[in-house]
Amino acid sequence: MHKESEIRDPLILGNKTYHDITRDIARPVEGKANKYWWILFGLSAMLFLWGVACIAYTIGTGIGVWGSNKTVNWAWDITNFVWWIGIGHAGTLISAVLLLFRQKWRMGINRSAEAMTIFAVVQAALFPLIHMGRPWLAYWVFPIPNQYGSLWVNFNSPLLWDVFAISTYFSVSVVFWYIGLIPDFAMIRDRMSSTISPMKKRLYTILSFGWSGRAKHWQRFEEVSLVLAGLATPLVFSVHSIVSMDFATSVIPGWHTTIFPPYFVLGALFSGFAMVETLLIIMRKVVNMEAYITIKHIEYMNVIILFTGSLVGTAYITELFMAWYSGVEFEQYAFLNRATGPYWWAYLSMMSCNVMIPQLYWIRKIRTSFIATFILSIFVNIGMWFERFVIIVTSLHRDFLPSAWTMFSPTFVDAGIFLGTIGFFFTLFLLYSRTFPVVAQAELKTILKSSGSEFKTRSHE
Amino acid sequence: MSKKTLYAIFDDEEVLLESVKELRSQDFEITEVYSPFPIHGLDHALGLKETRMAITAFIYGCIGLTFGGLLIYYTMISGIGKSWPMNIGGKPNFYFYQNIPSFVPIMFECTVLFAAHLMSITYLFRNKLYPGATTKSPDPRTTDDKFLMEIKVEGSDFEIKKILTSTGASEINEKNIDHE
Repeated sequence: MHKESEIRDPLILGNKTYHDITRDIARPVEGKANKYWWILFGLSAMLFLWGVACIAYTIGTGIGVWGSNKTVNWAWDITNFVWWIGIGHAGTLISAVLLLFRQKWRMGINRSAEAMTIFAVVQAALFPLIHMGRPWLAYWVFPIPNQYGSLWVNFNSPLLWDVFAISTYFSVSVVFWYIGLIPDFAMIRDRMSSTISPMKKRLYTILSFGWSGRAKHWQRFEEVSLVLAGLATPLVFSVHSIVSMDFATSVIPGWHTTIFPPYFVLGALFSGFAMVETLLIIMRKVVNMEAYITIKHIEYMNVIILFTGSLVGTAYITELFMAWYSGVEFEQYAFLNRATGPYWWAYLSMMSCNVMIPQLYWIRKIRTSFIATFILSIFVNIGMWFERFVIIVTSLHRDFLPSAWTMFSPTFVDAGIFLGTIGFFFTLFLLYSRTFPVVAQAELKTILKSSGSEFKTRSHE
Repeated sequence: MSKKTLYAIFDDEEVLLESVKELRSQDFEITEVYSPFPIHGLDHALGLKETRMAITAFIYGCIGLTFGGLLIYYTMISGIGKSWPMNIGGKPNFYFYQNIPSFVPIMFECTVLFAAHLMSITYLFRNKLYPGATTKSPDPRTTDDKFLMEIKVEGSDFEIKKILTSTGASEINEKNIDHE
């Protein structure tokens, strides 16, 4: 058996046995929701309904209800789209990249991080759909044989690459998540009594696909997980690179830069980890997962945030340098305008939230505190939203013709749809936390003996 | 002669693994092992063949790449492209090779899409997992914290039971299958 160094901190706290893990992870599914869950659920559902109303108003009346205008023709919709897609990236990084690197700390958090990915991509996918104006024609983005002459989608366009990248990313993430969920659903199925809750028993029987845990099945399970991780790793890097090409292949000063793909991928991981922390710090309390989502997990994520945050900061400075070094006055003005123009406050929020505040993680006390991490993760979420806003709106609002210069101000519909997606996201996550095994218990049991605190001290004696 | 199935339950995966090795070294056939999580080294100890899931993924990936390439070739080059060659953003579509850089992203996505989905479907198909399937392990505790070894015995089971008990099985249940 694999033995682990004693100086490594344990990843499972308390004197746990295999049965304790089963019981702890099945408890939120079997028990009743507490008061806080209902309060949070009520708030999220209300926000979601408000968002649905704003979406209905947009589709019924037209895109004119938004604050976008002829000069700033892309604004909050694409900002929100990129923000949500970015948030989605942490889930795949945790489940796929950390699996390839054999990082054991991914086991406690991968299930929830993947759930977050899927729910975030759902929010992201809403924005292009709404922006179409006629969402019932959304299938036109796919290359489907049709009767409009030989009319096909344009495979040269980054917007079409986006369609392929995001639909592949979403469906592969769902499959990866579900393959891991099958054994855990089987665990819940086997605990359910068919006399006390026959409906639930039937539901989990269907969800578990008849899993029995045979040796051959586990062998295939491990290989399939590994290959899916290997496929998802380049996929996750490709998705945000392609999103960045929506901007980078255009000729707008401020967008037309080759640094965009790596810079967007790093920003995505940065914001994704922040959102994972925001969610997990609350979730571990609400569903009693303190023994499995520990301060060590949070610290590891904080180190990644510190690393990616510093790289994002480097990218910002590189961009400024390249604008000056290019000698193109339009490019130089775009960046000068970002920092000192009428949107200086957005630029300042981005710089302080993304570059300066994460540097606090160099301090061990802050890195290993739940409260400090929670507050800082909110700052990062806000900062990354502003990053996208700065890139999109400040590059557009002063274009080549000064008579067309304008400002962007969002309407209540813009704000309503954005808040609505936040509500939708939390609604989905809250429902998930009560019906799904929130920790990958089968995988967690494999590391109990090497990383459980009781086992570690015992082997030391 | 009586036929029966023995169900030996273990509390620990390392104990089970030792027991499997012991039984196999004395040429006893183990029908199946049910466990709550993957046990490293169990497939070798049981003498299971290596799984070919990764090979299927490679084949499916090749199919996806070919599909993506042919789709783009037909829609951009040989189909409409032949009648109306267009220069879109400096990306001429007269020949496939001239335009291949801007076709790479979608060909890559098609490769991943096909490999991931078709491999997962193959995995479910080979394991006979589907919504509504009701196959279960003989003991529901095997998804919790127990490890179960299933051995089909014909004739005397004295020897096997002795090895199972001495290697640490916590309980041994049996089922006669005479009448089935």
